[in-house]
Amino acid sequence: MAAPPRHVSMLSISNSNSNSNAGTPQSTSSEKPQTPQPPSTPQPTSGLRVPSNRKTIYDRHLNRSRNAESSRASFAYLFAEMVAYAQRRVKGIQDLEKKLNEQGYPLGLRLLDLLFYRSTSTSSSALSSSSTSSSPPNRPLRILPLLHLIHGPLWRLLFQRSADALEHSVSPDTPNEYMITDNDPLVNTYISVPRELNMLNCAAFIAGVIEGVCDGCGFEAKVSAHNQPTEMWPSRTVFLLRFGDSVMEREKVLERAGVK
Amino acid sequence: MSATKASRIGEEIWKTRIDKVNAELVTLTYGTIVAQLCQDYNSDYQEVNKQLEKMGHNIGMRLIEDFLAKSGVGRCANFRETADMIAKVGFKIFLNVAPTVTNWTSDNNQFSLIFDENPLADFVELPDDGRAQDELWFSNILCGVLRGALEMVQMQIEAHFVSDVLRGDDTTEMRVSLVRYIEDEMPPEEE
Repeated sequence: MAAPPRHVSMLSISNSNSNSNAGTPQSTSSEKPQTPQPPSTPQPTSGLRVPSNRKTIYDRHLNRSRNAESSRASFAYLFAEMVAYAQRRVKGIQDLEKKLNEQGYPLGLRLLDLLFYRSTSTSSSALSSSSTSSSPPNRPLRILPLLHLIHGPLWRLLFQRSADALEHSVSPDTPNEYMITDNDPLVNTYISVPRELNMLNCAAFIAGVIEGVCDGCGFEAKVSAHNQPTEMWPSRTVFLLRFGDSVMEREKVLERAGVK
Repeated sequence: MSATKASRIGEEIWKTRIDKVNAELVTLTYGTIVAQLCQDYNSDYQEVNKQLEKMGHNIGMRLIEDFLAKSGVGRCANFRETADMIAKVGFKIFLNVAPTVTNWTSDNNQFSLIFDENPLADFVELPDDGRAQDELWFSNILCGVLRGALEMVQMQIEAHFVSDVLRGDDTTEMRVSLVRYIEDEMPPEEE
């Protein structure tokens, strides 16, 4: 089950009808009855103004920026400011990584929708215009398809390549642990970590994105980023995914039921 | 240098000398920053605008060196040339857009940048809380970037947005004013 977003949403769709909905159980049972007359200034369904030339997100195709490019420098500048800002408000490495994780999390929730949307639109367009054959979004039900979604499509959407490795923990004590490896994470390209913070890995931001994707799919998980440098890949990073007990139990049930 | 020549330079650098990333990664990262600020400052949008401008200033001070190294352009002869350089080379090589330079004052010290495209604001809708559309300048970081970058090449400027499609306006427009040319090489202010 998806955890509620830990984040104030920039999207207003979710709360735009919160004050007009009189049929919710909370407002009918214990709270004092709401005044029946509308507020003095009657509001349209959404209070947002929109440009007369209809330059809104609703008039824009979701795939328009799919292949758009920007400069890597701009990303690096913004990410550096994000890290610097987070650093001013925390004490210690763990706090900082937690903060970065929290910033990535809502991104993961939303990227998930975008991934599903695009995976269907490409498959239906590939099958020409026959509307009957367009398949529904391929939401993963088991852990492995979810991991492939992260390792492949998610990584390609963010970094234009797949991740470098996907592994399952070999220890019998931790069957719920999986690892996704990126040999050279883009987020760390321009970051040199000072010696006193040498455990820090700013890819905690990406770990948060992964966590959001997992939670959004209904796979409760904790995800963390760890430095695992090799001689060839000094900034090699391993993302450790630890799925919750409920996920593992469901996994067993689904396996018995033969669900792939 | 003419605006068309600046456009050509911008295109050329963008094609040959710039490492690219998916534009959506930049968009989403920026959106995350703004969302975090709105949360941390309890939707005090004036303060969010201010913080974004500060972040931009930090970026601008470092970005200018990158800009000069990649573009190899020399000193601009006047503020009009500076404006074209910002719009057609600077914005092009860092955000892959080229805003229109227009609405000059007669003393050539003030102009507007009109953004047909604003990659920072893709996928964005402001909170429907009755205030954000009146108070938040979502892309305010860009004002800070210009201020920081130009400060490092001896120009003190002031930049602010005057309209934004996210607020329901028909255009997204930034107003840029030259305050003065900085004569002495002063150390940059601590922000």
